Amino acid sequence: MLPQALDQTTTYISTGVHPTCRLGAKYTVRLWSVRNARLLEWVYNTLADALLKLHWLWNYIGYHRVERPVVVIEKWAKSFLFDCRMCGQCALSETGMSCPMNCPKQLRNGPCGGVRANGNCEVEPDMPCVWVQAWQGNQRMQNASKILSVQPPVDQSLKGRSAWLRETAKRAAENSKQSHG
Amino acid sequence: MDPSQPLSQLPGHSSRGRLERILRRGDFAVTAELNPPDTADPHEVYDRGAVFDGWVDAMNATDGSGANCHMSSVGICALLTRVGYAPVLQISCRDRNRIAIQGDVLGAAAMGVNNVLCLTGDGVQAGDQPGAKPVFDLDCMSLLQTIRTLRDEGQFLSGRKITAPPQLFLGAAINPFAPPHDFRALRLKKKIEAGAQFVQSQYCYDVPMLKKYMDQVTDMGLHENCFILIGVGPLASAHAARWMRSNVPGVHIPDYIIGRLEGSKDQKHEGKQICIDIIREVREIAGVSGIHVMAYRQEELVADIVRESGVIANRKPWRREPNIGDIAVIKAAQKKAEIWAEAQE
Repeated sequence: MLPQALDQTTTYISTGVHPTCRLGAKYTVRLWSVRNARLLEWVYNTLADALLKLHWLWNYIGYHRVERPVVVIEKWAKSFLFDCRMCGQCALSETGMSCPMNCPKQLRNGPCGGVRANGNCEVEPDMPCVWVQAWQGNQRMQNASKILSVQPPVDQSLKGRSAWLRETAKRAAENSKQSHG
Repeated sequence: MDPSQPLSQLPGHSSRGRLERILRRGDFAVTAELNPPDTADPHEVYDRGAVFDGWVDAMNATDGSGANCHMSSVGICALLTRVGYAPVLQISCRDRNRIAIQGDVLGAAAMGVNNVLCLTGDGVQAGDQPGAKPVFDLDCMSLLQTIRTLRDEGQFLSGRKITAPPQLFLGAAINPFAPPHDFRALRLKKKIEAGAQFVQSQYCYDVPMLKKYMDQVTDMGLHENCFILIGVGPLASAHAARWMRSNVPGVHIPDYIIGRLEGSKDQKHEGKQICIDIIREVREIAGVSGIHVMAYRQEELVADIVRESGVIANRKPWRREPNIGDIAVIKAAQKKAEIWAEAQE
């Protein structure tokens, strides 16, 4: 007989989740991050400002050259805190510090209609619904209206890229546009 | 006039279909879910449509509902429009990416489809083929936005122009019965912002919970920008209700409903009666524009439910003129004539 973790006939295992990891998962850190969404919001804003101040440096070295080491750090930090999937277009500030890419349907705009009465996921019954968590986290954040804005579809071509650098470059471009315009 | 041709364009209408006209006119609308056949025979689709003939304003063609494989929703809709029915094309994000979906929308509109319902879709684990790859390239919200872009801006997501944009009445789904309850009304607001003009809800068996939700909706004034159709359906038995509650994602059935079923001698009849009672209650709730009847494998009950609940009063929804040989339509017409005759007496 197959061990339970490998027996696909008894438990459904969604793609991108290793069966043994899934059964062992307690989602401890992920849930901690949601509980401390306000703190993490402050941390992220500070980090984003610091990265923006160093825009001249990234520009000097070249964003494409600096991307690789940044990705390593970003992936490590966000994987630990949020079970990040490196979609390359981070929406954590809009989703109460609960990563929407962990939703088996990868919803970016709110919970589906299948959420169980106990607040767990329809697809993975032992995982707390990412969007129930997002709604809770969002209410703890300072900027709580962001969850209500409609998110565009995920750009699959950005997978694995650095969302931090992309955001920094975007903000720098906006700033220079403002100062010139 | 050929019933398969679109209606004339009215100002302020985004489609040329019957459903939008009825809702904008202020009539209480009735839609029903057509159980998709597992066949390549078009007559089975016509027969299943004929069951609702003259009782509903539009028929929903499901897109692999519950992640089970059936005839495609585009195929069913194309067949239904040929004989003049007003189908609602359900599109789920589970099986196709944005390239396929945009193409399907154009194809369906070209076949005369006027209504689209944008869904995320059940996970593949719920269906008969759990080994399938879940696509979920778009979600229901970005799907609404995508189709609105096709329609209003006349271009694909890439910005490439469409020579004749599809004229569609855009719909979405709501589930007022699943957590997080305080987010659900805000999510409807988000869907309206993304382009939803009408919504159909998940099965409603808990009217007090629906009332709470509708209070939030009317407080925000959402019902003024969107037509809200509440999903209802007869339960075949207490056993079936229990099975649905634990196996169909997102269905909430309170214990007292199951208790009422168990306490009756004829459970199927009681199930129908519960459905009628719920419709009568739902109809009185402010902000509700219609009902969506999902009588899975009990489609023959829909006519009775609509008639006995009195939701369409004396209004007669569009009915197909039977051709010689359309046995199912003739049968449906005969049944309808009998029922009206009874009602007259």
